[in-house]
Amino acid sequence: MSLSIRELRKTYSDPGGRQIPVLNIDAFEMCKAEQVVLVGSSGGGKSTLLNTIAGITIADSGSIVIDGTEVTALSEPGRDRFRALKIGFVFQTFNLLPAFTALENVVLGMSFSGQRSDRSHARQLLKRVGLEHRLDHRPSKLSVGEQQRVAVARALANRPSLLLADEPTASVDTANQDNILSLIREACTENNVSLLMVTHSLDVASQFERVEQLSDFNQPEVAV
Amino acid sequence: MNLLTIAWKSLRQRALASSLTALSIALGIMLMVAVLVINGLVTNAFRQSGTGFGLVIGGRGSGDLNLVLNAVYRIGSPGEPLPWRFYRDDISQNPLVESAVPMAMGDLTNKGQFPIVATTPEYFGLGYAPGKNFTLRKGGRLLGKYFSAVIGSRVAQENGWDVGSTFKLIHGGMDDHVHDEKFEVVGVLGRTGTPNDKTVFVDMEAFFMLAGHEKPVDEAIDRLRDFGYEVTSEQEAEIRKAAAELNHEGEAHVVAGDDPHYHAVPDDLKEVSFILVNTKDIMGMPFLAGQINEGVRAQAVNPIPVMDRLLRDLVGNVKTLLLCLTGLIVVVAGVGIFVSIYNSMSDRRKEIAIMRALGAHRGTVFSIILSESLLLCLGGGLCGVLLGHGLVVAAAPFVEAEAGLILNAWHFEPLELILFPVLIVMATLVGFLPGMTAYRTDVADSLTD
Repeated sequence: MSLSIRELRKTYSDPGGRQIPVLNIDAFEMCKAEQVVLVGSSGGGKSTLLNTIAGITIADSGSIVIDGTEVTALSEPGRDRFRALKIGFVFQTFNLLPAFTALENVVLGMSFSGQRSDRSHARQLLKRVGLEHRLDHRPSKLSVGEQQRVAVARALANRPSLLLADEPTASVDTANQDNILSLIREACTENNVSLLMVTHSLDVASQFERVEQLSDFNQPEVAV
Repeated sequence: MNLLTIAWKSLRQRALASSLTALSIALGIMLMVAVLVINGLVTNAFRQSGTGFGLVIGGRGSGDLNLVLNAVYRIGSPGEPLPWRFYRDDISQNPLVESAVPMAMGDLTNKGQFPIVATTPEYFGLGYAPGKNFTLRKGGRLLGKYFSAVIGSRVAQENGWDVGSTFKLIHGGMDDHVHDEKFEVVGVLGRTGTPNDKTVFVDMEAFFMLAGHEKPVDEAIDRLRDFGYEVTSEQEAEIRKAAAELNHEGEAHVVAGDDPHYHAVPDDLKEVSFILVNTKDIMGMPFLAGQINEGVRAQAVNPIPVMDRLLRDLVGNVKTLLLCLTGLIVVVAGVGIFVSIYNSMSDRRKEIAIMRALGAHRGTVFSIILSESLLLCLGGGLCGVLLGHGLVVAAAPFVEAEAGLILNAWHFEPLELILFPVLIVMATLVGFLPGMTAYRTDVADSLTD
């Protein structure tokens, strides 16, 4: 099993001090190398779920197990290290660092894992996403589609077991949307990486074999 | 990619702001280094001026500082002179003494008003600093004949004098009394960076022959007796007879030596302003000083501690003041770096959050911000050190022209070594708060910004 979620609860406090439940998932599982798309409305907890799986946001209770490691039981430095080694992240707005070239953005993804930065692997990844001629360009010199392809290469830099993609096609035009989606899916298949993507686009969701409605298994209850 | 590389690239992204903040540090450090180097060079030049000899002996009552300022730096007027007999019998013949060089001062050149030092050629054997001997420009010699003079490099430059030039002396610095006799330049000294460059050395015998330079006979006899010498009636008669052979008011008129117009002044009518002494061994110096200072006739001073005290009390305070001011400039520049980094933090929340999302620990992002502060402070500091020495290079020709001080731009002050640890501490303080802001960044919130 690549990802297993049990009894996951997450509640936020609003400015008035009221507790707002966001996540309430009894069970969710993904197999190794499986590609799953989560569909949900805006504010439905999709991003919170991804952040919680990545160990960025801490759950109130419950467990998340990735490749046999219970992420929710790790200390913060442990979660950081686990995230660096095992989880790739593709964001809606790409989130490339403007001070670094395309190649450096990919290498940077390796730098925080505690492993030696492998520039040749980074070059290969960028070649794989069709950017071998744009290695030394900074994000500001890349098109939107190219930026997202760099983000995909960066997410795969540490050979993760799970790739989390948060609306990765929401900021690109329709022409690029399919390209990016194909690229992510193919790259995950080639590298035997599980893919969990969230989207509100039914067009995107329709391309996946397994489509999950977040509201089907996430039923937050209003706290008293 | 290590933390410093990441920090460097982040700084490069904000090149203008980073350069300006580093420049502010560089300017502060530049001033500090220039103050340190120039102070060090001035101090060395000041100190080494009096290191060719161990003791300065002068008349009682002028004070040790005044004695050193007169004898070494040719500043002010000499105090009560010493009888030649004291130099000849008590000092030169003292078993502790290796060499004793007499000096008579008080007159100035008629052109340029440079101080005159009447002395013997042995003066030039003392050297002007440890291991540094006087040099002569080509074709010169070191005194050795009546009315000869050796001039310092600055005198030659400013007065346009060279070997063969002649000049007259102003008696006791009084403009209306110029001696008739002309002295001829027989040698020009090489540059030393000491007061010797601005001094004219003249033949001592000829100096005594000038009108008013020998002691009137009655005063000379009284002075010898006051000084504790026994002057018998026979000796007194001899002194008076020798004095009578001199022309009116002491001007010599009898043939003497290789000059047909002058007659040597009797020793008992001669006086010297100072005697520079080297003892046979270093232990002899305090012993000899003790012997002389126990009496009431003369005082002996080791110039080094006197100069050190002067430097500490006067120059040291100026140095401290300048260092405090430049230190404040550096602190203000440090505050500038703090403001620059701290202000940038709100724009960089997302950048920090992305790094955290990629697996960077809180400590890692803290270290990146601290590294930026270190790079700015140390980079600015390094530029400041180079600029500081560059400033000394640029200032050297002007300082040499105005003050006669030779500035070696690559002179290194040990205190410069302290600058970098200080900068590291400052960078740590300056980078701490922005670093903590990065440390506390809420990743999930910042990613959605």
